[in-house]
Parts: sequence; structure tokens; C-alpha cells
Amino acid sequence: MPLLEVENLVVEFPTRRGTLTAVNDISLHIDEGEVLGVVGESGAGKSMTGAAIIGLLEPPGRVAGGKILLEGERIDNLPYEKMRRIRGKKIGAIFQDPLTSLNPLYSVGRQLVETIQTHTDMTPTQARERAIDLLREVGIPAPERRIDQYPHQFSGGMRQRVVIALALCVNPRLIIADEPTTALDVSIQAQIIALLKRLCREHGTAVMLVTHDMGVIAETADRVAVMYAGRIAEIGPVREVIKNAKHPYTHGLMGSIPSIGHDNERLEQIPGAMPRLTDIPQGCAFNPRCPHTFDKCRTVRPDLLPVEDSWTACWLYDGEDGRTIEASKKLVAETKADALLEKNDG
Amino acid sequence: MAEVVAKKREARAKIRDAGGREVAMLKVQGLKRYFDVSAPWLNRMIERQPKQILRAVDGIDFEIGQGETFGLVGESGCGKSTVARLIVGLYGPSEGSIELEGRDIAGLSRQQMAPMRRRLQMIFQDPYASLNPRWRVRDIIAEPIRAFGLADGQAAIDARVGELLETVKLTARDGEKYPHEFSGGQRQRISIARALASEPEFLVCDEPTSALDVSVQAQILNLMKDLQREFGLTYLFISHNLAVVYHISDRVGVMYLGKLVEVAPAKTLFTTPRHPYTRLLLDTIPDLDMTGRERMPVAGEVPNPITPPPGCTFHPRCPFANERCRTEIPKARPLGDGAIVACHGIEEGRIPDGPTLSAPAKPEGMA
Repeated sequence: MPLLEVENLVVEFPTRRGTLTAVNDISLHIDEGEVLGVVGESGAGKSMTGAAIIGLLEPPGRVAGGKILLEGERIDNLPYEKMRRIRGKKIGAIFQDPLTSLNPLYSVGRQLVETIQTHTDMTPTQARERAIDLLREVGIPAPERRIDQYPHQFSGGMRQRVVIALALCVNPRLIIADEPTTALDVSIQAQIIALLKRLCREHGTAVMLVTHDMGVIAETADRVAVMYAGRIAEIGPVREVIKNAKHPYTHGLMGSIPSIGHDNERLEQIPGAMPRLTDIPQGCAFNPRCPHTFDKCRTVRPDLLPVEDSWTACWLYDGEDGRTIEASKKLVAETKADALLEKNDG
Repeated sequence: MAEVVAKKREARAKIRDAGGREVAMLKVQGLKRYFDVSAPWLNRMIERQPKQILRAVDGIDFEIGQGETFGLVGESGCGKSTVARLIVGLYGPSEGSIELEGRDIAGLSRQQMAPMRRRLQMIFQDPYASLNPRWRVRDIIAEPIRAFGLADGQAAIDARVGELLETVKLTARDGEKYPHEFSGGQRQRISIARALASEPEFLVCDEPTSALDVSVQAQILNLMKDLQREFGLTYLFISHNLAVVYHISDRVGVMYLGKLVEVAPAKTLFTTPRHPYTRLLLDTIPDLDMTGRERMPVAGEVPNPITPPPGCTFHPRCPFANERCRTEIPKARPLGDGAIVACHGIEEGRIPDGPTLSAPAKPEGMA
């Protein structure tokens, strides 16, 4: 049984001008000790998925459909107080900006001790010792001294370590990490990624790593889900998705990332931008930007289809009209996303 | 338009110094900028504290040739944005010279600077903050045209604005809209159109794609390359993203704590990095090729620039540091292949060549 199962999750935002669907019918699972990467551009719904799982959707956002199961039990319909117990105890969270995750008025020790005591029945002395151990574990030098300092006395990288320590307080089974390295400098980012990987290995904690950075995913994740306009475009083992992308969006996304050692005069570019939630196109949401669009794409929304080792939501792989998986893969791999742009320009 | 540019380029190619050498577009020598970050005088007197000086830029030299793209990389707080602001004149330098085509612009008065401003423009990181939300796009782009008197009459200005919008792949009709009606990538296109409005020769781009998604970033980078070719622009491109810098730059400078530690042609810098800090930076790039290489995260963080370490400022994080590194400030020395490196270890030849740091790094997490 997977640790976390998300089935047909729908997240909606009722607004005066109608209901916006931020996450539209997505299903995924995370096994114990596994790192699932969730990538996508801003507005793809990746953070919303994470927030829905930990039950921290900001109103008026709400889970409008589907189920979320942790260790086989539903957690999406729990009363507030029960969910609060699970958060912190079974699910930890790490957010992008460590400064807003920490209370500036309390010393980091007090925040750690408070969290530990909320979820266990340790005495204050024991809790403080545990807090010091945690700070040492996440690589903060001289934890006995630094535990009584305030968040502003820590640098960005050190603060993020404190936030990780907070998430680890009670040995959670799952950590939702939403852009944990985005606000950090590259050399610090590498340190934090190595730390997350090590902790994951040592404690068998599963991680859902939400980020827009393909590089971070490539380094860290076991499997990856690529999101586009509230849906999963492609999900599968990380090597399969990165090296052998099936979905035209994943392919275009990979081509648009500049990388060292690849001397191409121009980057591949996907024309246009992700649609706003108010006007998601009919059929496949990617169809106006896709160089391979045909009639079915404009009318019918594709579901995830198994293609080789991964799953892809693209009609190129439905096997109809004599399209073979091999031919479609070749077509996607060889077409530059610019093709459409040039077609439109000319 | 294209003819005008061709003519300009021809005229510029003739600018040579007495020795007949082509004059660099931009030449920066011994540039320094210090900020006084001391507490107020009275507090200082009472608490008996000395003045505190932040050396944001502490003596840097570089040249940018005509039509070249010079990339500047470094982590936050290394002073790269201060360099950008110094060059466009948003800050005055504490010391040193900035020469634009052989003419020192560092000490110019506001009035003397005005005609120079037309020739160098800046593109900022945040396209949400750099466009006035209460102006229509056409007014935003027309402002430099009006300010420098580059077109006569409303009709001519409108035509020029429409032309600029089309240059950045927007439509002339978009001029009627307000900035909030555009996405981040489109706003950055508007910033670029505004920068081009004064027909500049030199653009300072401070993290122009850092706030954008990757697919949009690719669009902007491609656009910038196209514009460079079309108008013969020279770029100073500042970014913390090494892959982006590699992609767009001809030559790259690496900054650490207010100093340039290495300057080299992009290819050379990324294939044979010399300075240990450059190697550290290269080591931190996530591996998209999935070669399974274990990264070696180097311990430590950028020190406080108010109290930088003595000697080479990188020595507390450097696995090759010795006594000399701790006491003597290294000078930038040219190596044979166009690279300039400021490192005692490289000078003495005691740091082995190699793409990355090969000395045993300190264990992860121990700062």
C-alpha cells in the first residue's frame, strides 16, 4: 500500500465570476521513502496540490472532489483539530521562504520545543535536548548556543535548515517541500538538497518535492509529475521523463532549459504562455501551444495513458488512426516546439 | 531602421585609440563602491563603535568589447547588481573609472551625463516593479523618445512605439493597455522595448529572466540574442544562473564579495574553471544529464561583506587555502588562454587542474 494516495483530486476557488479549477482531477501516489517531484510553471497547480494534501488551502480554495489517503485513511475530510494532529506528526511541511515559516518573536528553540511538545508527551528538558539534536542533525554548528537565537540571527540557508528541523520534529512519514531551495543561493541550494536526500534515506521519509526547477528534480526525485494548467501532463520515473519525454510539453520544457556544454545558438521555445485559470482551452489544455495538435486535441480532454514506463496525457499515444507509440515518440522528439511559432509567423 | 543601425555600426567601427586599436565599448578600472552602514553618530559615540563600511564593490577591472555579451555571475550579496547600477550611473563610484568608448563617465555631472544616458540603458529583474502601473504601455515606451527628443510630433512617436512593440514580438495595439494586463514575460518584453526606445548601444541587464518561468525565459533569451544581432548591441548580463550565463555570454566574470575572482571566455570558464570558487559554483549546478554524479556541496556561506576575511576573501571556504591565502590579497593575473584569475594557488601551481574541486571537501553540513 502506498504511503499517500491522491485520487481524482479537484481544488476549486469560488469567485464572483464563477468557479476556478486550480487542480483538475489529478491522481498520484507516493511510496514510503520515495521522493516524488512535482514540476510545472507558475500557475500549474503544483503548490495547490501540496496545500490540499496538508489541508492548508487558503479559503475560499477548497477540495471539491476526490480523495486523499495517508496510510490508507482518508485525511481530506477530517475536522480541523484532527488534521492539525496529523500535520506535524505524520506530515511535515517546508515552504519556500524560511523567514515567513518562522515566528520572528520566538527563539528557534522555543518554536522547536513547542512543536515537539504539541505532538509528544516529552518534558520540557527532553524536548529541548531533542531540539538540539535536530539542529545538529540538519547541520547547524554549535546548536547548544544557536538554539536560543532568533530567526533574524540566522542566514537564509541556516534558516531553511531550522525549518527542516521543525518539519522533522516528530519523525513524519511524509514531507511536503514546496520550493524549498528557490529562495537560496546556488551553493546553499546544493547543501540543502544533499541534506534532504540524506534525511530521506536515513529516516525512510517520503518527500513530495514541489519545484519549478528541473535540475533540482533531476538530482533528487525518484519519480516526477509534470503539471500543466491544473493537470498532470506526464508522470513516471525521473530518468524516463527527463531523458525520454513523451508529452510535447515536457519535451518543450526540457528544450527551453539552457544547460552548460550544450552549444545551441537558440533555445527551444514554447510559444505563448500557460493559460489563465479563467480560460483554459477545451480539450487538451496544451493544444494552442502544441506543434502536433489535431482535431481530437481541441475537443476531448486526454487522460493519462501508459506509454512505456511512464504515463502521459496526450492523444498522440492513444493508438488510434494508425499512430504507433514509436512513431509518436519520434515525432515529439524531432519536432522543435518553435515549429509552430515559425508556422504562425510565416 | 536596419540601415540606420548599419550606418551606426560602421561609424563605431572607426572609433580607435591612438595606437589604432579598437576602443572597448566599456572599460572599468579599479572600480570601488563603499557604503557607510554605520549606526547614527550619537549611537556610535555612546556605544563607542567605529564606523562600519560595506565594501560592495572593491576594486574590479574588466572590458567589454563592441557587440560582446559579458556575463557577470555570483551569489547574492557579491556586488554584481551594484556594478550594474554604477555603470548606468544610479550610484556614483567611490573610486575608479568607467569608460564608455574611451570617455570616462564616472565623474560626469548630471548634465554631462544626460547624452550618455541615451547610449546605455538598463533592464531590471522584476517586470512587475519596473513598469509604472498607472501609465499605458505606449506612454512607458514613449518616455525615453520624448526625453531625448528622438522623434518629432505625436504621429512620429506613435509610429516609433508601434515599431518597438513589434520588435519585441508584441503588437502595436498592445500600447493601449496597462502593464497589469500582461504576463511576466510580456512585461519583460515591454521593459526591453523601453530600453531600446532611446536607440542605445549598450544594455545593462540585471537578472532579466530570474523572475520568469523557464519556457518564458527561453523566449526572452532568444529575443535578446536576436536583438543583439539586429541592432549590434553590447550586453552586460548579470545573473546568478550559470547555465543562462553560459548560454548568452561571450565572456564571463565571476564575482565573490565585491571582487572579480575570474574572468574568461565563456567556453574556457565552464570547461576549465581555475579559481576554486568558480569550481564550487560549477559543482552546484544540478545535473540535468543525469549522469548520476554525486555533487559535493561545499560547506560554508558567503561571509559578511562588512567584515570580510583578511587575505583572499574566499579562503575560509577554500579547500586549498594556506598561510599566504589568509594574509595576502591575491592579484588578478592573466593566464595564457585569455583567462584572468585572482588566486595564489593557481599562481603557484599548487591547485591541480580539473573540472571540479578535487581536494577532499569538508563533510556536508559542517559549516
